[in-house]
Amino acid sequence: MTDYDAVVIGAGHNGLICATYLAKAKHKVLVLEARGVVGGCASTREFVEGYSVSDCAQWLSQFDSGVMADMKLKEMGLSLSAPKATISLQPDADHLIIDGDKVSGAGVDTDDAAAYRNFRQMMQRFAKVLKTLYHGRPPKLVEKNWTDRITLMKLGLGLKLLGKGHMQDLMRLALINIYDVMNEYFNHSAIKSAVAIDAVTGTNMGPRSPNTVYSYLHRVTGEYLSGSGTTQVMGGMGALGDALAASATAAGVEIKLGASVKSITKIEDKVSGIELADGTQISSKIVVSSADPTTTFKTLLGYHQMEAGTAKRVELYRNRSGTAKLHLALNGLPSFEGLSADQLSQRLLVVPPLDDMETALNPMKYRDISEHHLFDISIPSVEDSSLAPAGHHVLTALVHYVPYEPSQGWDEAKPALLARLIDQLSAYSPDLESMIVASELVTPSDFERSHGMTGGNWHHGELSIDQALMMRPFPGSTQYATPVDGLYLCGAGAHPGGGLMGLSGRNAANEIIKRGALS
Amino acid sequence: MSDVSRDTMLLTTPFHSRVEAMCDLNDWGNWMGYTTPNAYFDVELEYFAVRSTTGVFDLSPMNKYRISGPDAERYLDRLVTRDVSKIGIDRVGYAIWCDDSGQVLDDGTIFRFSNNEFRLCSYQRADDWLAWNTLGFDVTVENVSDSIAALAVQGPTSCTVLTLLGCHDLNQLKPFGMAHYTFEGHPLMVSRTGFTGDLGYEVWVPPETAEALWDQLFELGHDYLIKPFGSHALELARIEAGFLQANTDFMPAEDVVRVGRTRSPFELGLGWLVHFSKPLFNGRAALLKEQAKGSRYRFALLDVDGNKPAEHSFVMKDGKVVGTVTSAAWCPTAKANLAYAQIEMPHGAVGDELVAEIYYQRELHWTQLYAPCKVIEGPIFKPPRRWQTPAPPH
Repeated sequence: MTDYDAVVIGAGHNGLICATYLAKAKHKVLVLEARGVVGGCASTREFVEGYSVSDCAQWLSQFDSGVMADMKLKEMGLSLSAPKATISLQPDADHLIIDGDKVSGAGVDTDDAAAYRNFRQMMQRFAKVLKTLYHGRPPKLVEKNWTDRITLMKLGLGLKLLGKGHMQDLMRLALINIYDVMNEYFNHSAIKSAVAIDAVTGTNMGPRSPNTVYSYLHRVTGEYLSGSGTTQVMGGMGALGDALAASATAAGVEIKLGASVKSITKIEDKVSGIELADGTQISSKIVVSSADPTTTFKTLLGYHQMEAGTAKRVELYRNRSGTAKLHLALNGLPSFEGLSADQLSQRLLVVPPLDDMETALNPMKYRDISEHHLFDISIPSVEDSSLAPAGHHVLTALVHYVPYEPSQGWDEAKPALLARLIDQLSAYSPDLESMIVASELVTPSDFERSHGMTGGNWHHGELSIDQALMMRPFPGSTQYATPVDGLYLCGAGAHPGGGLMGLSGRNAANEIIKRGALS
Repeated sequence: MSDVSRDTMLLTTPFHSRVEAMCDLNDWGNWMGYTTPNAYFDVELEYFAVRSTTGVFDLSPMNKYRISGPDAERYLDRLVTRDVSKIGIDRVGYAIWCDDSGQVLDDGTIFRFSNNEFRLCSYQRADDWLAWNTLGFDVTVENVSDSIAALAVQGPTSCTVLTLLGCHDLNQLKPFGMAHYTFEGHPLMVSRTGFTGDLGYEVWVPPETAEALWDQLFELGHDYLIKPFGSHALELARIEAGFLQANTDFMPAEDVVRVGRTRSPFELGLGWLVHFSKPLFNGRAALLKEQAKGSRYRFALLDVDGNKPAEHSFVMKDGKVVGTVTSAAWCPTAKANLAYAQIEMPHGAVGDELVAEIYYQRELHWTQLYAPCKVIEGPIFKPPRRWQTPAPPH
């Protein structure tokens, strides 16, 4: 008799979702979280007294609407803002504004607007096809299994229904890079860059890297499945984590915080449970890890506990990230040239032309600091006054490309980079610097430490074709089961992947239940 | 005209000067990148030296790896299918290793020198696979192929000859045992191992003493009719003795590109080397599945009617092809026409009567022969001297 049916490692969104579905199927589930808070990448942190920020993900745009409904998150207190427009800041203050399928400003003419609308419509069609794959376990291609065959048939039908032209486009585009696709579809430089940044966020790739169209499609598919647009979670992203935890608890899931898993234990050839850092042993029928694959296999299980081919796959798994996070506490609302105060609550981008985006990536490859950076900015306190003292604000920004660890070390490099980033933003907001009360730069290696994500990669592994779908995270460990008996994956390292989507967690639970792993 | 780099040419072993001097036929082959004699003077006579007196074979091209460190035993235990903890110090174990799909990568021998030091001898270069296997283990793997020269000294008088060389009390050494001596001030190790199925030893020395070892062996063994033997005679002896040869009887899984061409230990008749009592080894999960589901092939030893070797033959049952022959020879001592075959399940059980389709040519005239054959239990050639301790004197 085991202590639990399932122990889930990590109270990130996928861990909580997986646990909830398992508990709803009448299983006894324990979720263990090393940190003192739930949510994983969906968490809010008071980074300096009085000022709170979403300390990892800052926008919610891909959360699956079905999971949202199943988890009853609205009833659990989750409140989302209206969809945000994306405003790409231009040096001449004539900013590019993207609102749904509409694009304006920055000298956009009717042809540009039509091109954007057509492009979005095409991407939506592709997303509809990928939906088949995202809503279930990824089908294996060679095994004769009816579930997988049906998925493949649906996929085939979906491709067929696209019509010949679009089907060819999808096949052609899926493996190339966003740089070529942008130049194929658009003439307007700012549109190209504003779209391309979505293809590289959270990755280790530049616009010219192969696989960037796939990572863009992943994002678009998430947006399609979410249907909410890009939104801000009121109370900070932690409110999503709290709502998920409340839903899990209501379903009977037990959550332990500050419970750091030291190792996944085995008896003979089967996983038997886990051991906590304090030495506590907890037994369970299965262990479901929402930690990234490298942490799960290398750190928690240990390479000596698996067959060598698996250890090799894990070791070769790519999970670097070039995304850092800038947090600023401000004693007022900064002004941005060409933006109204209302517009400051929207999603603001600072993205150079495509070629300069690519150039910005290069130094990172050699562990150097780039001269120029890409920013995806949120000033959440405009719409949510709970995050800062009255009249004060917080600004958060996803910043690309920042190396995992520069050659001179972060102790030396960080203050200079922080100053450089503030300087770059000041070009658009001259009074920003004077308002800064406190600042923080969270590098990929900081994310690795704080959130337990190897490489600081919040997709839990590069989202490229060779690590996606029926190969996610790696062959032999797909469909949420692993080569280790009794160990399952439910995090972003499992299909379909990261982005606060919730589908890895839900699909994993469905698969575990279907396999009868707990009966 | 010759500005071809010698670096690209076949290598020679530390015994080469002596091997070359004795290779009357000048018949050379390429064994894993080394110049090795196919035959020295006459394949049959070389073979009979192994069976009747003493034959000497240069096995220096074998790949040798030193595996050491606190986790050496655990490392090897995860690598190979057999239980390495059961191999005692100064003992040798035959082993196979698989990939994660339970398909055989290679076979070889594990020599245990101490708790934490082993030598793995393999047919294939295995540097890459052995390196990947170190992940998670406190172990050092070194390719020591070039720093060890080795001779197989095989046959009924081999113990006597090696005793004359100074290997005292060698007759007390049990099969798969190791004994340590000094030769010309250098360490010399003898293991009672071999690939001929006869009484025999393998002698391991540093390369600098190789030539002296060869010279003294042949001088001391003269009265015991010591002869060198080449790859062709070895092939005959090993087929007679029932030993598998990588790249002949199975394809090392890493070299295979076509689906379904690899083989599992069960499909090679090596299930006895798979120890499921170990909770973990490469291929275990896949092999457990195969055990439950059944294998695709069975390895069969065939006793073929007549005296025409069934080389590359199709094997038929009721007029339908059910398998193919991988190795075949007329075996002079066993006086049997033996063949190894991979037979599709469920055929090929011991006692099963099959037909080998043999083609042979005499003076450009081809003859097709349907030779009845029978699956037999194990090798017919199994002389008591192979297992006797003390080894019988001569």
